[in-house]
Amino acid sequence: MRRLPGAGGMMILSAENLTVRFGAAEALTGVSMGVAAGEIVTVLGPNGSGKSTLLRALLGIVAPSAGKVTRAAGLRIGYMPQRLAIDRAMPMTVRRFLSLPHRVSDAQAEAALLRVGLRGLGAQQMTGLSGGQFQRVLLARAMLVEPQLLILDEPTQGLDQPGEAGFYRLIAEVREQSGAGILMVSHDLHVVMAASDRVICLNQHICCEGTPRVVSNAPEYRALFGLGTQGALALYQHEHDHSHDHDHSGHDQGHSGHDHAEHKHAG
Amino acid sequence: MLDDFLVRAALAGVGLAMATGPLGSFVVWRRMAYFGDATSHAAILGVAIALSLQLPIGVGVLVVALAMALVVSALAARGWAMDTTLGVMAHGALAFGLVAISFVPGVRGDLQNYLFGDILAVTRGDLVFIWGGAGLVLGLLIWRWQPLLTATMSEELAHASGINPGRERLALTIALAIVVAVALKVVGALLIAAMLIIPAAAARALARTPEAMALGAVALGALASLLGLGMSLWQDTPAGPSIVTVAALIFAGAAVFGAIRR
Repeated sequence: MRRLPGAGGMMILSAENLTVRFGAAEALTGVSMGVAAGEIVTVLGPNGSGKSTLLRALLGIVAPSAGKVTRAAGLRIGYMPQRLAIDRAMPMTVRRFLSLPHRVSDAQAEAALLRVGLRGLGAQQMTGLSGGQFQRVLLARAMLVEPQLLILDEPTQGLDQPGEAGFYRLIAEVREQSGAGILMVSHDLHVVMAASDRVICLNQHICCEGTPRVVSNAPEYRALFGLGTQGALALYQHEHDHSHDHDHSGHDQGHSGHDHAEHKHAG
Repeated sequence: MLDDFLVRAALAGVGLAMATGPLGSFVVWRRMAYFGDATSHAAILGVAIALSLQLPIGVGVLVVALAMALVVSALAARGWAMDTTLGVMAHGALAFGLVAISFVPGVRGDLQNYLFGDILAVTRGDLVFIWGGAGLVLGLLIWRWQPLLTATMSEELAHASGINPGRERLALTIALAIVVAVALKVVGALLIAAMLIIPAAAARALARTPEAMALGAVALGALASLLGLGMSLWQDTPAGPSIVTVAALIFAGAAVFGAIRR
């Protein structure tokens, strides 16, 4: 029932004070976040920052050590994994792949392929697809459950710049047509920035959060990603009292330790 | 012309192929070849235990193969260096079995039958065991087909769809132990893994979907059994190795055919 600053929709999936430990190491510490219906949220962070762990915890693949994940009742989630290495020993057509794990009709499969721009490719072997086609098939499969939330883990991995831009346009289209909320993880910056409603900057804990413009100017974001991101969006200097050392357990959903309310007006 | 023992032998070979086709496909897809070796080599130890305890051989083999498969599966889940570990397990199990069976009086002469199979001596009782076991494996695989296939493609994808990959792995482990028990009489402990891998690998070259590969593996496995039996009669060669020889030739032919067509 909580509302997000800036999003205005109902939360369909949220995490509260999520902590995940692998042995002694903490992969995530006190992460509180959520996705509203129809919203595109991107989790940004360097390698090893716990982005994939966060998605896996939200999906229920990894059990949290503390905190909890709340899903809207009956929430249908479509998931696109980060890597899918198909062994050449496995013969698998695109059409057959779309029927895993739930069988779909030929009409459904063809409609899903049409939606991602791969009309008539059903008979192709998965191992014969280009990188961009492969990612689109993964997206088509995720869309077949008619999800209210799409979770995409580094969806443009291995794509070139035009391929990336095309893929994000496709995701925006999908959101428009289906109204599904979208939660994705990425480490590439600029394209994601343009395609997201809200960006969460993660490095074990949430460093900063807000509209793309706000985040790209946040000192925490710059500290994480270096200087390459200065310039284009350096219109706004993000100010708050964030400290990486203080106790994060008190962080609250929609706050992440600092208030973004004033930033809404910046974007 | 078809003597009764020959009909029984043919039925045994075809029955085995029904199970090894789809199961062998998973062995190939999941790169479990050495896993199959370790489990099937453990069969000799099962024979030794069954003989010394005066249990039915099928029971001894099933129990030991299942134990071996579960141990290997647990080690795999802990992320041991599988290639090395499985090498130790596969050869260790065989050596242990051969030593153990040397203590059982009056078996030495039959040892070859356990190592290479004795398909020409298959009885009606054996046939019931073989077809029963193969039917069980086939039923298990058909029942779990979609989740098994999903978990084989990607454990993460399976997890996200509410499938437990560990449970699917257990289903395969159990199926493998049953197949080992069923195949012992037909091709023997040393060549069980060959019957799993070779027909499936041959079918791979000709198939476009997982189902086509599994069915193709059944057909090619059955064909290899029948032709191998024929070769054994005609040239008086040992039946089990003859079946595997034919299977290997079919594999070579399919690989060439697949390469030309592509």
